[in-house]
Amino acid sequence: MDILTWGRNPWDQAILTHVSWDLMWASLFAGIAFLIAHAGYMVLSAHRKRHAAETDAMEAARTDLPERIVRHSMMARLFHWVMAASMFTLLVTAFFPIAGIKFAWVTWHWAAGLVLSGSILFHVIHATFWLDFWSIWVGPRDIPELKAEVLRELGHDVPGPRPGKYPLGNRLYHLAIVLAGLSVVATGLFMMKRVRTPFLTRDPYIFSDTTWGLTYVLHGMAGVSLVGLVIAHVYFAVRPEKWWITKSMILGWITRRQYLEHHDPDRWTVQPVPPDAVK
Amino acid sequence: MPAFELFQPTSVADAQALLDRYGDGAWVLAGGLDSLDWLKDRIKRPAALVDLGGIAELKGIRAWQGGLEIGAMTTLTDVVRHPEVRERYSILLEAAEAAASPQIRNQGTIGGNVSQDTRCWYYRAGWPCYRAGGNICYADTPDAINREHAILEADRCVAVSPADTAPALIALDAQMVIRTADGDERVVPAEEYFIGPSIDITKMTILQPGDLLTAIRLPATWAGARFYFEKVRDRQVWDFALVSVASAMVMKGEGASGVIERIRLVVNGVAARPLRLQAVESLVQGRPRNESTAVIAGNRAIEGAQPLRFNGYKVPLMKNLVKRAIRGVEGGTWTS
Repeated sequence: MDILTWGRNPWDQAILTHVSWDLMWASLFAGIAFLIAHAGYMVLSAHRKRHAAETDAMEAARTDLPERIVRHSMMARLFHWVMAASMFTLLVTAFFPIAGIKFAWVTWHWAAGLVLSGSILFHVIHATFWLDFWSIWVGPRDIPELKAEVLRELGHDVPGPRPGKYPLGNRLYHLAIVLAGLSVVATGLFMMKRVRTPFLTRDPYIFSDTTWGLTYVLHGMAGVSLVGLVIAHVYFAVRPEKWWITKSMILGWITRRQYLEHHDPDRWTVQPVPPDAVK
Repeated sequence: MPAFELFQPTSVADAQALLDRYGDGAWVLAGGLDSLDWLKDRIKRPAALVDLGGIAELKGIRAWQGGLEIGAMTTLTDVVRHPEVRERYSILLEAAEAAASPQIRNQGTIGGNVSQDTRCWYYRAGWPCYRAGGNICYADTPDAINREHAILEADRCVAVSPADTAPALIALDAQMVIRTADGDERVVPAEEYFIGPSIDITKMTILQPGDLLTAIRLPATWAGARFYFEKVRDRQVWDFALVSVASAMVMKGEGASGVIERIRLVVNGVAARPLRLQAVESLVQGRPRNESTAVIAGNRAIEGAQPLRFNGYKVPLMKNLVKRAIRGVEGGTWTS
């Protein structure tokens, strides 16, 4: 299997053209293999969640919390679904023609790319100024949580730290999608100079052949990575034990019980309902 | 010329067996006029050349359901000389006769004419453009030489179709008979035989590896209609079209009260495939065949045209050819 595709420019120099599309099939295979392996593991393993009695006790002690706890604001949800629609459009328009389903894909592809770029820009601003910016990122402080999550997955009863607003897997996925998404968007915006759009005059000579080759390779690498990442994301979104998270991305809220069962209230603080507001 | 194995099968089945055996390394040779350019320039280096010249079943013109069936290996000269083509499908005669020179028409086949590759010189020079599997169009850049290139339907690639008979065949609603690699027969309208870069940037037709165009069928539907064909080129004796137009029209009533009952209108040289102008057809149906209708048609035809640096002239050229196709050359004025 090839990784890169090479061509020769008019001066007969070897130039990179793009990634080998074998990688698309590899990413598709990896994504499907992962979900099969994970689904099999989830059926057979004895993964632990917080005991019902423990959650009952916590819920009884925290009646000051609202029954519905806002997890995703309307703007955050809007961004998520706009980004999801544009991402699916990008993947379909990029890879279906390679897989043999031919249609006029270029305009749809760059238009969806612009929507994705705009939604990411909006998200960065929104998350920086209106959301808890650091709640989605991972760092060394998350190592104890990682250890506890791994032990729980292996069937151990671990009292260790629970996640804040976002589960660790969620944050790691976000990191991967940030790297792949920003790579594909940054390279894609430059690649718009190579196609005809109403916004730019077509000019492939703004970069050298080598720079363009690297741009195409990075765009392709990020693109094929997104095939596997999106498969994994959709898989987790529809898994029964994760459905409460997916539902919160639709409705915006989770129940008080879900909050207490899955989150560490010290790491994701929810304001109690004032006593005079409790009926 | 690079060395290759030459095969001269005598049946379509044998030809397809060879194409199957050599896969990507096989090259189909019809009249050889497109092929030899590629081979002598050492741009294409096939392992095997499958010459269809010895397959009798691919040659000749025969009656078919009130129309004609033309074998794909029939020479353009034989098409031009055929009495029924002359009498009932004169637009195809005009288009075939406008192709290249008499010597080339003696050798060139109608199947090769409609299946030939584009003449974009960046592509023909072997540069790694989109059409050649690369990721650049050298013809659509700020300093490109693109006088002969596309003004419509450009999608990364701006090459144009060079097939002279293609617009006439589409105007006649011809059917292309294809023997697929599986041995099945597939019949597609001529309009769908040609594809643009938005669908597949590396191909000009729907032919897949191993497929062979075996015949072209002309239905009786448009036989004897009022035809118009015009090809504008740099050199009248021998050149590819800058823009060409073909139309088949049936009138209802005659004289001043006559109106266009139905029409098929096609232009070539403006996009990577011959373009049937269905919007113009709808617009002129039911209207009289006069200057006013021609002006409306011409203006509608060029909507959406996006000329490159050196081919802006194609916009008024196309407009005027469409006008002439509607009202004829008599009494009209050439407008820019």
